[in-house]
Amino acid sequence: MTATPATVRAGHGPLHAASIGWERGKLELREFFRTRESVVFTLTFPLILLLFFTQVINYPIRGGLTFSQYFVPGVLAVGLFGASFQTLAIQISIEREKGILKRLEGTPMPPAAYFIGKIIMVFTVVLLETAILLGASAAMGKVKLPTEPGKYLTWLWITILGVAAGSVLGMAFSSVARSGKAAPAVVTPVALVLQFISGVYFVFASSPTWLQITASIFPLRWIAQGYRSVFLPDSYADQEVAHGWEHGRTALVLAAWAILGLLVTARTFRWRNGRDA
Amino acid sequence: MTDQPAIRVRGLRKSYGSQVAVEDLDLDVARGECFALLGPNGAGKTTTVEILEGYRPRSGGEVSVLGVDPAKPNRDWRARMGIVLQGTGEFETVTVREIVSHFARYYPAPRDPEEVIAAVGLTGKATARAAALSGGQRRRLDVALGIVGRPELLFLDEPTTGFDPEARQEFWELIRGLSAEGTTILLTTHYLYEAEALANRVGVIAKGRMLEVATPASLGGRAEAATLVGWDGPSGREILSTDTPTAQVVKLSEQFGGEIPGLTVARPTLEDTYLEMISKAEVTA
Repeated sequence: MTATPATVRAGHGPLHAASIGWERGKLELREFFRTRESVVFTLTFPLILLLFFTQVINYPIRGGLTFSQYFVPGVLAVGLFGASFQTLAIQISIEREKGILKRLEGTPMPPAAYFIGKIIMVFTVVLLETAILLGASAAMGKVKLPTEPGKYLTWLWITILGVAAGSVLGMAFSSVARSGKAAPAVVTPVALVLQFISGVYFVFASSPTWLQITASIFPLRWIAQGYRSVFLPDSYADQEVAHGWEHGRTALVLAAWAILGLLVTARTFRWRNGRDA
Repeated sequence: MTDQPAIRVRGLRKSYGSQVAVEDLDLDVARGECFALLGPNGAGKTTTVEILEGYRPRSGGEVSVLGVDPAKPNRDWRARMGIVLQGTGEFETVTVREIVSHFARYYPAPRDPEEVIAAVGLTGKATARAAALSGGQRRRLDVALGIVGRPELLFLDEPTTGFDPEARQEFWELIRGLSAEGTTILLTTHYLYEAEALANRVGVIAKGRMLEVATPASLGGRAEAATLVGWDGPSGREILSTDTPTAQVVKLSEQFGGEIPGLTVARPTLEDTYLEMISKAEVTA
């Protein structure tokens, strides 16, 4: 008689979680690219926003710019926040409702891998979205792509911190809606209000002070200002609220939100709906 | 250590407020056994199984699954079992092969995904997207994901709901094969003939209580129950209830001088026995 096989242990440690997370990221991207609606809408939404708004609003603003030039970085920020916060908050609610999370919970998949996969997906989508928007707006003369390598470095860290903050906030927020059906109704107003107060659709410095202060609590305003520092001439920095780009503060606020979102997600994330969740 | 049962439950209790879902339930499932839980909807089958799977907390009692308390699930424990939940249809744009291969990566010693796909009869659909599968095919995909990790213990919660008879036969072959390899199986089902076809033992749950645990052949005293012998007599149909059916048939055969016209010999089916148990439980509750 052969003895019962020695008990096999599940993979452990951060490397295992990262490698499964990478596999999940690939699976998530496959699903994304095979859903035509998500590809068309997510990738071109910022472009539609840009084309539409710059048709309606195009007036010169302080600092020798037109509104459409000012608008491009804002739309990039909206795209990033939409692909991270909005997409994840809604998508994860729906996956919870459908029982996808329950199935995963019943496997030895490291929980971190699920979140890593989501962030890989979001980051890829943001890169594509950015490339499409910048390509189109550069072709239309609405943006001058920076030539200094330092600007690209700024873009990179703002994008990474922005994706991190937006994604973990989306994960945390996904548990707010009681059902997948309710998720868009809960999430979309939050995103819209943030877009509105964060100086995407108008010049931030010209909004009332109380609104500026409120907006400054949240990440979107900082992502938008960070992107302006990349795509607008440095001479415009003086027109910002603090008369400068405030990179240090931007990094601090985004990192703080990322950490807060991570803590809230770790404490409150639900893999199931219902009374035994 | 290896003699310990795969599942051991004593005095399990689960309540939601004042509503009691499971009450004083005992259960032992030996290693390598295929055990079927029978019961009407709302009897507490899924509640019990989901407590064993580590999904739901219990209100009381002792539970050990593969030597671990499922109230404290860990990933090493998860790697040793496979779960096929109720309900399907959550995958859409990924293909059968992609999903099965992906889930295989979660486990330390998985089966070959191609073999698993073949075992559940989806080889012809390996490159089909999940959304293009029929209900029965999706269910088989669920089973594929449940067994790809080479589980010691497999939970199947109403696995064949929506199967056509042929698919059910194929599925049974698959389960028998897993059972022959030594996989312990806990199955819940509505279909009594399924329990009869697959299970070494069955347990009947009603109103959150285990009414009886027995082999399918002996449930509810079936093996000893009176048998109905029927034949066409000179004055019409005759039916006799007897504990000695063989002797009765021999006697009849002598009377008729050989063949007995319209002979039937019937024991209560599992379904008859089950329905009687359930209706008694309804009355006493």
